[in-house]
Order: sequence, then C-alpha cells, then structure tokens
Amino acid sequence: MTSLAEHDHADAAAHALAAGDAMLPRPYRVVRTRQDTRDTVTLQLEPVDGVPLKFSAGQFTMLHAFGVGEVPISISGDPTKEGLLEHTIRNVGSVSGALVAAAPGTILAVRGPFGTGWDVSDGMGGDVVFITGGIGLAPLRPAILELLANRDKYNRVVLLYGARTPDDILFGDELRKWADRMGVVVEVTVDNGPHNWRGRVGLVTQLIPRVGFDPAHTVALVCGPEVMMRASAMALRDRGVPAASIRLSMERNMKCGVGLCGHCQLRELFICVDGPVLTYERLAPLMSRWEL
Amino acid sequence: MQTIEEYLPEHPFFAGLDQPTLELLAGCATNVHFNVNEVLFHEGDQADTFYIVRKGLIAIQVQSPSAGGVVVDTAEAGGVVGWSWLVPPYRWMFDARASESTSAVAFDGACLRGKCESDPAVGYALMQRVAQVMFDRLEAARLRLIDMYGSSS
Repeated sequence: MTSLAEHDHADAAAHALAAGDAMLPRPYRVVRTRQDTRDTVTLQLEPVDGVPLKFSAGQFTMLHAFGVGEVPISISGDPTKEGLLEHTIRNVGSVSGALVAAAPGTILAVRGPFGTGWDVSDGMGGDVVFITGGIGLAPLRPAILELLANRDKYNRVVLLYGARTPDDILFGDELRKWADRMGVVVEVTVDNGPHNWRGRVGLVTQLIPRVGFDPAHTVALVCGPEVMMRASAMALRDRGVPAASIRLSMERNMKCGVGLCGHCQLRELFICVDGPVLTYERLAPLMSRWEL
Repeated sequence: MQTIEEYLPEHPFFAGLDQPTLELLAGCATNVHFNVNEVLFHEGDQADTFYIVRKGLIAIQVQSPSAGGVVVDTAEAGGVVGWSWLVPPYRWMFDARASESTSAVAFDGACLRGKCESDPAVGYALMQRVAQVMFDRLEAARLRLIDMYGSSS
C-alpha cells in the first residue's frame, strides 16, 4: 500500500523535475564577497545566462564548487528584489571552505531553489517573532526583508538573536537599522563575552518571556541549531503561541533537492521537499527522537 | 520613585507573595544604584547581599586563565543577582559589575536568613523562588556547555 506521504513526495519530485531541470546546475559568477565574521562570508552571484533566480524566503539552493563538491545553502538575499543571488556561508568543511574562499570572478554552479518557504505574509495583521541563533540569521534574513517591504501590514515585529560571542554577530549594521528605523524590536544575546562587552549574555530562549507580543496572534519563525529551535519552540508554547504558528527551518543532509535520494529523510518527511520550513505542530513528535 | 514596598509586588521574583510577607522582606531591603563599571562584589568576598534588578544590566564575570575576564551571564530588569547569601560558606563565586547605570534593591542576606528561620512559610516561599532561578540558570548553562553555535554545529 502506498501512503499519502509517499504520494506527496512523488508529486513533489515530479513537479520539481518538470519545473525545469532541477538536477542540472546553472553556472553563476561571484560578483562580490563580504567577510561577515571570522568564518562567515556572503557571496553575491550573477547568473551567467542572465536569467535571475526567483525564490521564496526560506528556500535553499545546492551550491557547487567545481572540483570540490555541492552543499545545501539557504538563500540570504532579498526576495522582493530581482537581481543578484545572495548566500551567506560559514566555513565548516571542505565545500563550504571552498565557497567562502571564492573570489570575485569565480564560477560556481547552482541548482534550485528548493524546498518550502517561511510564508511570513501569513503574519500580516498580527505580530511576527523571529528567533534565531548563529548562522541561522542568514536563512531568516529574506523573510525579514520581505516583511519590512510591507512593514505597515504587521503589528509588533520582534527579532531575538543569539550568537556565540560578540564577534560572531551577523549583519550588525542591518540589526541596528532594523531596530532604529524599521520598527523592529531587536534583542541580541551572546553565549559569552569579553570583560568589556556591554550587552546581554545568556540563551536566546531566555529572551522569549521578556518581550511583548500577542501569542494568539503571532507567527514565530525560528532558525538555528536544532537544540536551540526545540528550546525556543517550547518557550513559545509556554507563552501560548499555537504549535501551528511556530515554523522551524530544519537542516538535514540534503543532496538531490527533489525528494528522490532520501538522504534528508526524517521519518516520513523529506526535508528537501516537505521542508526545510515546517511547523512545530508537525515536527514536535520527531524532534526529540535521536534515532531519527 | 516607588518605595520598595510598592515595587516588590511588581518584580517577577516576588510574584504571588502576599502583602504581609512582602512587607516583612522589605524590612531587609534598601535601594541601591551602580554607575557603569561599578563593582557589586568580587569573587571570594563575603556574600551578604541579594539583589533584584529594577533597571539596567549587571554582568556576572569570572577570570579565565586563557581569556581573562569573561562575562558568563547577565541580569537585567526583572532579574536577580546572587544566591550565595543563602548557603554556606556565604562567599561569592564570581565578580559582578554594572554594565549599564543600574538601579536595584539590595537585601541583607543575614536579615533574610533570619526571617526564613523564624517563619518557615516565608523561608519555603523564598527557597522556591531561588530554586527556580537556580534551575533556569543551570538549564541555560547546560545548553551553553554544548557550544551550539560552535564550528561543529
């Protein structure tokens, strides 16, 4: 017997493949690079064929460094603006190391975009809370920019961000701009700071009870290490945010990107097509099971 | 400015305590203010005070052999600083310094211990609250121990 979930995957894969050669990489040229932190770089890429990539906030691409390999990287650019493709990449291995070292002019290859989006517009008319840690701010940035393009359609907007140290804080200039000029409550905390650090130290989850939002009318978008997302989701539930209104971006070993290879399987889910963005309502039973 | 008696019911640490208990505890309290960088206490000093933060930010620091002074935690409005006044040997294990201009209510530790011993119901209520603070901080410290934003995550 074929399950409904299996039908979903087959449909998703067929759709992805039919939509335009999802397995075929397109060449992109590195136009600009920006060193964000000690180990994190943002690449701006232009398509060699001149056709810009349309994407939804929250989607990822498979980014290929020739001769090294291919890894899934979330898009960190502005989905409301057609132009350069932007990826913020942390150097954690051989492929990501090659990507962050790519100089302007380097040709990379891109497949995608793949997966589900944040759908931040579902929060229109209510409050939106972004909770993120570490490099997790990069996949959330497109949703934040999409929201800010229509800031007046949302009520309270809160961004809670946890980083390892003050030197690891991403997009510092933008955080200040969003707080000072865009009506976003931005609260930042770090795991530890040097003696001259004047900001907050502690877990990002400890900020959740402190900030003002209406739990019943809040969409919460959470992105970061899985343990941080679990703790955040539980703290949001404690505040009264419905599980269906909490969205998390899951990270697994995405490979094909179209639900065929099974590398990113999480029990009945293929994270590359069913995710990466999924509701806590759907993920809660799966997230505390180590064997999955 | 609010009196201590007026302020205590608003602070999360004292939520749920009845008025007579709050008045009893207020008898051990004074308002204090710390300028930026002013030290509340040093590691190894006698721990004779318990602070609840009204405004500002307090950094809890420790000297690390490799990194020098490291801020390991902070307490802001609604938070509390210090539980070493409650358990022997009543000695601070960390330094505490004001990161911002900070207003707090300082409780005399010996006075609080006296109230707890003479009225076990007050002692239990206070212990429940301190235990909650300890629990929250232990949980947070355990999560931070895994270095979740480290290079392997």
